[in-house]
Amino acid sequence: MKRCQYACGSTEHLASRRNFLGGMAAGGLAVGGAGLGGLLSGNPAMADQLKGKQKRILNIFLHGGVSQLESWDPKPGTDTGGPFRAIPTSVPGMHICELLPHTAKQMHHLSIVRSLDTKNNDHGVGQVEMTTGHKRIPGTEYPHVGAIAAKMLTPAEFSLPGHILIRGAGPGSSGAAYLGPRYSSVTMNDGKPPQFTERPGALSAEADERRNAMRSRFNDRFAGRRRTADTDAYTFSYDQAQDLLAQREVFDVEKESEADLARYGTSEFGKHCLLARRLLEHDVPFIQINHSNYDTHHENFNFHIEQLGEFDQPFATLVDDLHQRGLLQDTLICVMSEFGRTPRINTRYGRDHWGKSWSIVMGGCGIQQGAIIGGTNENGTEVVDRVVDHGHVVHTMLRAVGVDSSGEFDIAGRKYPVADPAKGPIGELLA
Amino acid sequence: MSDSTPTDAGVKIDPEKTHVILEHAFPRPLTACYWEPQNRYILLGSEEYGIYRFHIETKEMVPLVGPHDSWVRAIGTSPDGQVTYTGGYDGRLVWWQTDADKPEPIRVVDDAHQGWLRALVVSPDGTRIATCGNDLLVRLWDSQSGELLQSFAGHEWHVYNVAFSPAGDLLASCDLRGFVKVWNPNPSDEAAPAAEEPGEEKKTPGLIRDLSQVESLYIYDKSFRADIGGARCMEFSADGTRLALGGVTKVTNAFAGVGDLTVVLVDMEAGEVAVELGPKEKIRGTAWGVAQHPDKFWIGLAGGGGGGWFYFWKDDSAEEFFKLKLKAEGRGMGMSPDRSQVAVAHPDKQLRIYGLYAEEKASE
Repeated sequence: MKRCQYACGSTEHLASRRNFLGGMAAGGLAVGGAGLGGLLSGNPAMADQLKGKQKRILNIFLHGGVSQLESWDPKPGTDTGGPFRAIPTSVPGMHICELLPHTAKQMHHLSIVRSLDTKNNDHGVGQVEMTTGHKRIPGTEYPHVGAIAAKMLTPAEFSLPGHILIRGAGPGSSGAAYLGPRYSSVTMNDGKPPQFTERPGALSAEADERRNAMRSRFNDRFAGRRRTADTDAYTFSYDQAQDLLAQREVFDVEKESEADLARYGTSEFGKHCLLARRLLEHDVPFIQINHSNYDTHHENFNFHIEQLGEFDQPFATLVDDLHQRGLLQDTLICVMSEFGRTPRINTRYGRDHWGKSWSIVMGGCGIQQGAIIGGTNENGTEVVDRVVDHGHVVHTMLRAVGVDSSGEFDIAGRKYPVADPAKGPIGELLA
Repeated sequence: MSDSTPTDAGVKIDPEKTHVILEHAFPRPLTACYWEPQNRYILLGSEEYGIYRFHIETKEMVPLVGPHDSWVRAIGTSPDGQVTYTGGYDGRLVWWQTDADKPEPIRVVDDAHQGWLRALVVSPDGTRIATCGNDLLVRLWDSQSGELLQSFAGHEWHVYNVAFSPAGDLLASCDLRGFVKVWNPNPSDEAAPAAEEPGEEKKTPGLIRDLSQVESLYIYDKSFRADIGGARCMEFSADGTRLALGGVTKVTNAFAGVGDLTVVLVDMEAGEVAVELGPKEKIRGTAWGVAQHPDKFWIGLAGGGGGGWFYFWKDDSAEEFFKLKLKAEGRGMGMSPDRSQVAVAHPDKQLRIYGLYAEEKASE
């Protein structure tokens, strides 16, 4: 197993994670334990970021590569436009594809970035680059933006995971790289509560408590001599499992009202959106929903009717609910993919992989409302205004929730940039 | 096919001698094809908002554009060819004077369907037009007045295709999941429904019967979490005993189009699949056109990852007796009135007309 360069021998590392967090909370810093809690070098203002209202990120990843022409950047009537029409939205002058009629009514809460050129047509590379903000280099790992958010936004004594992945399909986890495995995603497969968070029926609560107390004593003794990032992660997992067990209902979307279940619909994505609302209401700092699948090399139009038909209403309902409940101002929403799809329609009515000119949507916390950033040419084959890429996107996400993306993590004395230092946020998109 | 009889054009049909007799380029990739019954025009849908009228003799290409603001893949005409009907993915149904110098719409029904109007067919006597679409409806229109005669509800999935029986007494429809329903296209003939007995299943107005689901025409791809299926082409046999439904089967990757073309023949009396016509050798593709030839063979048009093909099957023989590789994928086809030629809409922007006879005999 890979071992982190972690144990610096400081007194802080001689206590278990729970004690550690408690101690740090007294100092007003609510970050985890990796590298002295991942203190940000040269940026004391960062600690203050966490004193305000809880910020959250909801990232919806349209797995496989949604077509920008069938969503956020329609080109009706052109040789690449396909059969769908553009419809007006709640923002005067802003049009999106007719496959998103419910979302169109919520666009005043959202903005479109129509000028991504990520220079990549590979699924794996796109997933990594869009969610880490770094160009993928073989042998180098960067933390998922969810791991960064969990590290930077998780409050002290927060008993739920800071980074949750809700998936039906798509990648099964989102890694934390040098931030340490505790910031990796806790995965809710098919929207079900995380695995092993239910106490086995044969184990009584009292017996479980005694067992954990004994484990804790052994653990602290072991940590005093051989503490590593991995052992901390194990400890953290045990602690988290206990917390999750106590709050298991937070993950149970069926606890929502019949009316809400009906509003979000019966689709898997609908339930996942309602689950995300539930988690956001409990201040989970980062949630990603994977919606699958959009990799439509064949019959792109039929499949986008089906997939975006599933996406549209629950997503619009979620945006509206977050707004109505006062959560949107502290929740950043991002809708992204690993890339877009070719403007050219292939001979099987499909569209292939395309990273050269495509779109994402952002909204909520820290983001301008109803803006269109950048643009493409008449038939969508090139960006003609304000080229941005994954690096700019992740900077923008972090800045929007108050994290200084130009800062650095100090991990065992080694500096790691929070986001790609060669890039910066899309300033005009920030509120 | 040595037992074939000469056609009206005086040629002897021999599918194994099928060859290209005309190629004509269009501005955009073509999507649909209909051979006008009076043999003057071929009407073509393309990746544009309208259709083209192609004059077979002069090669003149005239656009029929205006009301549609989406692709048009549903095309038909009156039996005398004077009126053309187009149905678009914009849900519109439009009437045109076919041979006008500059064709203008005669009538436009803006909301014939909510969402895509996927297919239309004209009744054999020309009095009615049947359409279907993504609103799960099959609709029947008066071809003269444009009046909506009947709206048949009952499908639970997008309705992909419709077909009239040769006698015009049945209207069949097939949806995404391969459910086939048979409707009464003469609603005025229908006797008043008898009062339902307690516990009796509620009758669907206009429905004559449900046929068995054609399961091979549908699959839910668990990897990509999406449905694929439906009849991409549909036609009754000349005697009305069989209904042919073409599409894709055995799909292992919906999003890459990995599946085999199939034409399923349903026995109308039994209401069940009689035979599935397929390729001897696996080939990725979808059947985008099917027609029965008077010489008792079926023609299937394939398009997909395996390229474009004609397949020729004899009745009840599951494997083809001949296949022909085309220059590009097929997306739609129409047969000439004398059944000696087939026109195909190709995505390489070409209309190609194929003769179903030996090349040298065509030149005699």
